[in-house]
Amino acid sequence: MTARRPLHEDGAGAPIRWALIACALVFLAAFLVVPLAAVISAAFEQGWRVYWDSVTEPDAQSAIRLTLLTALIVVPLNTVFGVAAAWAIAKFTFPGRTILITLIDLPFAVSPVISGFVFVLLFGANGLIGSWLAAHGMKIIFAFPGLVLTTLFVTAPFVARELIPLMQEQGPEIEEAAVALGASGWQTFWRITLPNIKWGLLYGVILLNARAIGEFGAVSVVSGHIRGETNTMPLHVEILYNEYNFTAAFAVASLLTLMAVVVLAAKSLIAWRTHAVLTTSARPGLAVSDIHR
Amino acid sequence: MKAASSIRSSSRGRASALPGLGLTLGFTLLYLSVVVLVPLSALVLRTADLSWSDYWATVTTPRALASYRLTLGTSMAAAGLNAVFGLLVAWVLVRYDFPGRRLVDAVVDLPFALPTAVAGIALTAVYAPTGWIGGTLHAWGVPIAYAPSGIVVALTFISLPFVVRTVQPVLEDLDPEVEEAARSLGASPFQTTVRIIIPTVLPALATGTALAFARSLGEYGSIVFISGNLPMRTEMTTVLIMARLEQFDYAGATALASVMLGLSFALLLGINLTQWLARRRMT
Repeated sequence: MTARRPLHEDGAGAPIRWALIACALVFLAAFLVVPLAAVISAAFEQGWRVYWDSVTEPDAQSAIRLTLLTALIVVPLNTVFGVAAAWAIAKFTFPGRTILITLIDLPFAVSPVISGFVFVLLFGANGLIGSWLAAHGMKIIFAFPGLVLTTLFVTAPFVARELIPLMQEQGPEIEEAAVALGASGWQTFWRITLPNIKWGLLYGVILLNARAIGEFGAVSVVSGHIRGETNTMPLHVEILYNEYNFTAAFAVASLLTLMAVVVLAAKSLIAWRTHAVLTTSARPGLAVSDIHR
Repeated sequence: MKAASSIRSSSRGRASALPGLGLTLGFTLLYLSVVVLVPLSALVLRTADLSWSDYWATVTTPRALASYRLTLGTSMAAAGLNAVFGLLVAWVLVRYDFPGRRLVDAVVDLPFALPTAVAGIALTAVYAPTGWIGGTLHAWGVPIAYAPSGIVVALTFISLPFVVRTVQPVLEDLDPEVEEAARSLGASPFQTTVRIIIPTVLPALATGTALAFARSLGEYGSIVFISGNLPMRTEMTTVLIMARLEQFDYAGATALASVMLGLSFALLLGINLTQWLARRRMT
């Protein structure tokens, strides 16, 4: 978040410096700050009462519950996956390791619309195993399992992506020493590895959670938009907006905005923490720049 | 989102005395297959089912061609905007101290944290003819929302962190002594910028811009509200795929999706290859 060494000024004079700063700030204001303010302003346009009613009406409540439930399933699964993948990739060498990293990254390269669509092709009514599912009375598309599967797909890389560079940087030496001294694999993981990666892991989980809650394009394809049943928060925002119910749309959107602001605050806090750890104990191998990504 | 960010060199990797490779690698491969690879292969299988003439006809309809042009054009414009302003923001954040610098630094990541649908309606509200900024621009005869320029605004928002976050660490690592040496040898600030700083940040700038472009190609949530979605005029390829899906035209959607997927993969392959070549040249 901050430069690792004291800022050094360039040769440019003060007028040029302030002109550049002003340009950058105007750009960021027009694209980031003003839209953020617009969400809050539109949400409270008709006062607290309407705001409160918009976020507590049954359909909104059901959307919030569904979104949280999805995140509650997706976040632990993809966290375990990310840690396992990072352990295998960062602590060992084996043929095809680079290919595996690329495969883990795949969901980030795929358009959200396509991410949802592949599950329709697999489990939908005309899908590859759609008729088999229908014959056994199972419904995945336009139902809760579809939302979970799609969200799992879209958010799969987050934790692995944070941990792989961090754990590669730290190297296997400390863990090897622990094992040589008689620690079991699990002991080594819980006592040595986890404390070393906890901030990177936490940051990955926060990003994973934010995306699981906020994903729109992919779940839009598999949800079917059934109110009170398969409508997540972002989809609820879309429906309200398309019905010209702007105040209610922005009220629900403001909750998601609040989540985003918390994510940014947590990120800054983690960057500050790891920076403090680095400067106080000068522990090598904890890459602050990786948390910045 | 961070698809091609660099992996630290694996020079430390060697035969390890640690346990758990079988368990973690086995679990990783199984999980990745179930969650990611099998679903993705469904698209490949379905694409292979289409006859070549049907496929070609579907991906070259005038409406599809118009959507490619719009998608490529707006993505390029957004990536270009971000190349210029992203470099500027990174420069200002690394080199200058000003009140609120840390806050500004934190806010840059907003597009990664804010759900795309929220970004979409927020930008539409601001840049619509009735909006805070859109109102003024509209009065000057520059419509933003419901026009291609609105799509560029949304794509610029969504891909804003890429250039800043790839260029920032390079600028931080730039040794000030090199610039001081250049200046003491008589180079003007302009010469120092063009001869020393620009060449150093160029690979990172190119990577960030390419990532921003790749992200923009597949974007849906932030553009669907602001674009107006008029076929032939303001309909992006992702929106067209969605329209095909809503009509249950799965063959059409599959063909278009395969085009998008092929393009994204080619781009990422290119980005990774360039990074790999750049790293090899440095060592």
